[in-house]
Amino acid sequence: MEFFSKASNFPFMATRKLWYGLSIALMVVSFASFFARGLNLAIDFTGGVSIEASFPGTANLDAIRTGLEHAGYTEPSVQNFGSSREVAVRLPPDPNHSGAEIRATVEAVMKQIDPGATIERLDVVGPQVGDELRNSAIWALSITLVLVFLYIALRFHTWRLSLGAILAVLHDPILVLGVFSLTATPFDLAVVAAILAVVGYSLNDTIIVFDRIRERFEANRRLAPAVALDQSINQTLSRTIMTKLVTLIVVVALLFLGGPVLRGFSEALLIGILAGTYSSIYISASIALDCGLKAEHVFPVVTDRKATDSLP
Amino acid sequence: MLDYARWKYALVSIVLLVSLLFAAPNFFGEDPALQVARKDRAAIDAAGQTAIETFLREQKVDFSRSYLDKGRLMVRFAGVAQQLQARDAVNEGLTTNYVSALARASRAPEFFRSIGLRAMPLGLDLRGGLHLLYQVDVNGAVTQLLDSYEQDFRRALTSQKLPFNDVSSFASEGKVVDSLRITLPPGADADTVRAALLKVAIDLTYTVSGDAQAPVIIASMSAIQLRQRQDDAIQQNIVTLRNRVNELGVSEPIVQRQGVDRVVVQLPGVQNSAEVKDILGKVATLEFRLTDTQNNALEAAQRGRAPLGSKLYFHRDNQRPTLLKREVIATGDQLVGATSGASQDGPQVSVRLDARAGDEMLRVTRANIGKPMAVVFIEKRREITEVDGQKVERDVTTQEVISEATIRGVFGNQFQITGLTQSESRELALLMRSGQLAAPLFIVEERAIGPSLGQASIEMGVNALLIGMVGVFVFMIIYYKVFGVVASVVLLANVVLLTALLSMMGAALSLPGIAGILLTVGMAVDANVLIYERIREELRNGVSPQASIRAGFEKALSAIADSNVTTFIAGLVLWVFGTGAIRGFAVVLTLGIATSMFTSVMGSRALITLIYGGSKRPARLHI
Repeated sequence: MEFFSKASNFPFMATRKLWYGLSIALMVVSFASFFARGLNLAIDFTGGVSIEASFPGTANLDAIRTGLEHAGYTEPSVQNFGSSREVAVRLPPDPNHSGAEIRATVEAVMKQIDPGATIERLDVVGPQVGDELRNSAIWALSITLVLVFLYIALRFHTWRLSLGAILAVLHDPILVLGVFSLTATPFDLAVVAAILAVVGYSLNDTIIVFDRIRERFEANRRLAPAVALDQSINQTLSRTIMTKLVTLIVVVALLFLGGPVLRGFSEALLIGILAGTYSSIYISASIALDCGLKAEHVFPVVTDRKATDSLP
Repeated sequence: MLDYARWKYALVSIVLLVSLLFAAPNFFGEDPALQVARKDRAAIDAAGQTAIETFLREQKVDFSRSYLDKGRLMVRFAGVAQQLQARDAVNEGLTTNYVSALARASRAPEFFRSIGLRAMPLGLDLRGGLHLLYQVDVNGAVTQLLDSYEQDFRRALTSQKLPFNDVSSFASEGKVVDSLRITLPPGADADTVRAALLKVAIDLTYTVSGDAQAPVIIASMSAIQLRQRQDDAIQQNIVTLRNRVNELGVSEPIVQRQGVDRVVVQLPGVQNSAEVKDILGKVATLEFRLTDTQNNALEAAQRGRAPLGSKLYFHRDNQRPTLLKREVIATGDQLVGATSGASQDGPQVSVRLDARAGDEMLRVTRANIGKPMAVVFIEKRREITEVDGQKVERDVTTQEVISEATIRGVFGNQFQITGLTQSESRELALLMRSGQLAAPLFIVEERAIGPSLGQASIEMGVNALLIGMVGVFVFMIIYYKVFGVVASVVLLANVVLLTALLSMMGAALSLPGIAGILLTVGMAVDANVLIYERIREELRNGVSPQASIRAGFEKALSAIADSNVTTFIAGLVLWVFGTGAIRGFAVVLTLGIATSMFTSVMGSRALITLIYGGSKRPARLHI
């Protein structure tokens, strides 16, 4: 079986204004949502208390909520988690009580509603940890991008490709953040890990295209840049789609079978990989072209002075 | 002709065989077990093993077998019911000499353990347990050190009859208290005092300031000394936490430094956090001081200020004020041993001090027979209060007199503390035994995971892994036929290799780790896809089958290397910046890239050459 038995020949460069427009629109929506609605940050970042409990039958969420309010917790968030018998409770930071005390209070509330209720998991995160995690996540992303920029600039001899790669790659986490803020999906530490993995994967695709660009220029230096880029993307298209399909198989397996703990992580991967595939096909090379990429940038002209000198 | 060097075949085979061996223990699963250790932390010998086995048989507990592991006895059971029965039996019958902990023992044959091969331990999220992240108050450690210098200074100046007004600590710059100020009476010889102080603490920096009317000597710690002290404090805290965790008798606990001033404690199988946290985090120490009988304590309490040379304390039970001398006779860190027991005066803790403290105690008690001496119990904790709507954290130190008694006779390094309740005496003895924390600890993160949730997570993780992998295999085989089969074999080998590496490192497997393995499978396909697409391209250009294979592998190599480097960078950054489960994911991701490069490039080339290579010259490739 083959999806592309003949080499495809899509005019990616000629239509790039369209794709830029689409990407800019997506970015604007993502940013708007991010700044207007913010993220539904999990307690990893905000600090607070998160509890998972299971009930023998269907859990009465309203009763739990009222019970917790009576116990002195303002705005408890009580939701189903995985199934109707599993409950996830989130409470604001409660620095005056230890984890064990909170556990006792919540357990009492739940046991009153159903004696068979059990607390499966209890997380208490202090507010200072949250701040540090946010900072280290931002650091991690920035350092990754800088290192990758340098690597590409060194490996391909031009900042134009580096810039294309970085802009295309920034596009993906922004989109993930946008979708997470639009859908108010809980944003925890695992999602940050997924975003960094997405950065790696998206770059991976971009670099495969760049590698082909270098090869095209090597084969024919006088090739018009736009043609070379189109050829490169088309020739690597079957690989890009194939790899992403396979990766999506495992991500979908994680999403549906990995359980609620991995849900946010898998969702971020799913969105990020789709966005990454799109951006590495439609965006990265186009930006390099608009930055004036030419064959001699990838292959700097080296005048062999020694050889000239030794001529009689 | 398509061929592949012999040594490369050999390398691939050897790596695969070794990996299979290292990965094997993971495939056998685990049994419920009970880990029994001696309370005095000595190793259990064969005689001890027989004794415990006999005891269990007498108690009619069914166990499958037992073996010694690092001085501890592991007893294995067919089910959780027997495991719990055995724990209860040991806790009731053998409690004087042994502590027990619920554990899990690998079902792998003895052979693997005997050559040191072990399965990956499961992370807390997969087996249940308690995760605590402690913040170490490193500045508290510096204050502690300065306090001890302060006392040494007072003692030295008094004994050499050099007059001084006061010794007090302060922060020379910033917030960290790092200096001592010694104020002298008018006309005192600052240089003589300075020389005397220098003998007490040679590593401090001394500066003399002020005029002849009010000379002042400042003794301060250097920045390097500060950092050194802070580092020592964390190291000592880790040692102390380990000791305390061992006293708790938890199986396979983890106590690790995280970042600059954090310590992670992971206790698998532990559910009740209240007791554990109480014992682990307690910064309780003792001070022995003489009572100041010259001044009126009630008066001082009313004024809220103690006379010079004394400090104001209150009794724990009835809040009665007491004035104690500033000089400390002995502190908790000079303890050698402490045991709780009963006496006719109620519960007591028998204390043994080290030689220096013993000498001091001897000197003081000899000179002060008939006078009262007090035991001060010092406990530190962090409280959060609201000030003008703002939450403010502050460290609270409680210093209470737990006993005040008349010195009835001269004693040295051995004596008893009474006046505690039974549970207090037991806890105090345990805290003293397991060492003192060099700096206060505060919990900044606490996660408790129930065992059934862990069980559910591991089932879901393994399911996702198996189904995801099968999905990939089916897709690859449909799309690439024989080459798809090769890719599937290679991917499987990659999982074995990765499992072997992780087992060798002893890395704990968490749910994100399983996700990482699955993602590695997805991404390892990439290298194969790059190669196969290249081969198809060559075939399309009319190149012969064998030449296409060679060209496919060679031309794809630079793309594979370049593209993996970037994911590798992202993985390494996560590894460095991440903690806990995130680091677990990063470790798997990064190692997975390395193993997949090896298996996809060398492994699949070896297999494909076996199938299509040699002088057979196939007319077409099944790709």
